[in-house]
Amino acid sequence: MSKMTPLDRILLLATGLLAAYQVAVGVDGFSALPMIAYTISFGVLLVAGLLLIILGFEALDSPWVVIVSTIIPLSLSLGLVWEHLAAYRGVYLLFSIAGFLAVVITRSFPMPGKLSVITLAIVHGIAGMVIFLLPILLAAQGSVPRGYALIGVGGALIGAGGLLLSFLKAGKPILSKEIIFKVLPGLLFLMTAAFVAGFALAK
Amino acid sequence: MIEATPLSITHLKTKVRSYWPLIKSLQTGLLISTGLAGYMSARCPVFNLGTIAALTASLFLSISGSTILNMWWDRDIDAKMRRTQKRPLACGQISPAEALRLGLILSTLGVGMAAAMDALYGLIIFAGLFFDVVVYSIWLKRRTCWSIVWGGISGAMPILAGRALGLGALDWIGAALALGVLFWIPTHILTFSMKFYADYQAAGVPTFPSTYGFGFTRAVIAVSSVLAAVSMGMAAWGIGMTVGYLRLLIVLSGGLLALAAAVLLRPSERVNFGLFKYASLYMLSAMLLMMI
Repeated sequence: MSKMTPLDRILLLATGLLAAYQVAVGVDGFSALPMIAYTISFGVLLVAGLLLIILGFEALDSPWVVIVSTIIPLSLSLGLVWEHLAAYRGVYLLFSIAGFLAVVITRSFPMPGKLSVITLAIVHGIAGMVIFLLPILLAAQGSVPRGYALIGVGGALIGAGGLLLSFLKAGKPILSKEIIFKVLPGLLFLMTAAFVAGFALAK
Repeated sequence: MIEATPLSITHLKTKVRSYWPLIKSLQTGLLISTGLAGYMSARCPVFNLGTIAALTASLFLSISGSTILNMWWDRDIDAKMRRTQKRPLACGQISPAEALRLGLILSTLGVGMAAAMDALYGLIIFAGLFFDVVVYSIWLKRRTCWSIVWGGISGAMPILAGRALGLGALDWIGAALALGVLFWIPTHILTFSMKFYADYQAAGVPTFPSTYGFGFTRAVIAVSSVLAAVSMGMAAWGIGMTVGYLRLLIVLSGGLLALAAAVLLRPSERVNFGLFKYASLYMLSAMLLMMI
């Protein structure tokens, strides 16, 4: 298991502080559901960052990691869809709940074949694409300030991080464990910074 | 005379270095932060630097004093426990008489200073010291695992005292803050007593795990975490904390509850340790949120 360096801890602390700022200040002014959804995603990010600092990378051995790493993109994408794609609100809410339950069930019980990996890929893939594409498209159309596109950048990073972690946990690593742990704190920090900046610039 | 000055400074430095571990600086710092949070939660003129400095000094002196007196009393059991056998008193680095003297001086100064600032504040600080040293350490610690309730009550006194100093009276918010700390303490201490189970057994100190088993202890941790989070939330609402900070407190409380649930449902050494550390971080964060 890779040892956590002081730089890793600083990056994770900065990630936690940014997420805390977003929970305390950054989600003000949104309607109820997006506010709750963003609070959940940044809240999970904050607590996960703190636990990583406390427990080190060993925390990633926990079977809960796959489930927790699903909550962040699902709730964030739900907030974005609720805000900007009124026609798809119901469908996406349903997808979020069903997707989350599917990941919980496929990670909690023995599943035939590659069902658990496929479920994970679908849920992460869709949520990741929403976070990546929606803000960039909206910014390109001019319906939101251009800085909002930074959320899309964060989306690309969360997609990369989520897939790396999920497939590592699923026993099918895309990169070696050492490389993933080396880049993870930086990836989390950049992702959170992009989200926070994107939301702030859109206000 | 010329040579005596550097010698005295060196001597003083050596003394301070050997005394420092006696006061458990992290625990003392955390308790001082609760006292400051209690004071600032009263939304009194907190930029009165004189009062803040006196509050900090009186808390530091009385908490450090009671901690030293506890260590003085517990030096025999500290010597039996691997975790504590290198403490200055347990390993003979400082003589018991010297520690007793220092503990009494600091305690007297702390309580005296507190009483001079405000009678109610002084009374609560004295109660905290009395519960901690006399009731918790001397009377109950070696007899029953329930002694931690009294340890918890004494730990809750700084925040209640700080609030009382700011308001000039006791109120339900102060009580809720004190309950928040009181219920947080089992989360902190019980995870610790599970981690160092063998140490406590060797020293013959009754703990929840040794008296009721690990399962029951985990249940108590989970329940006390819920109660701590609820008490802190109520106090925060009563203080009039802004919605944003309240949201942040809820998120941090959620983390505490999730970890407590994990300790209950999927117990492991790592989760146990994670809860222990997170609980300290939670308390510090909650106190910072109460202050701003």
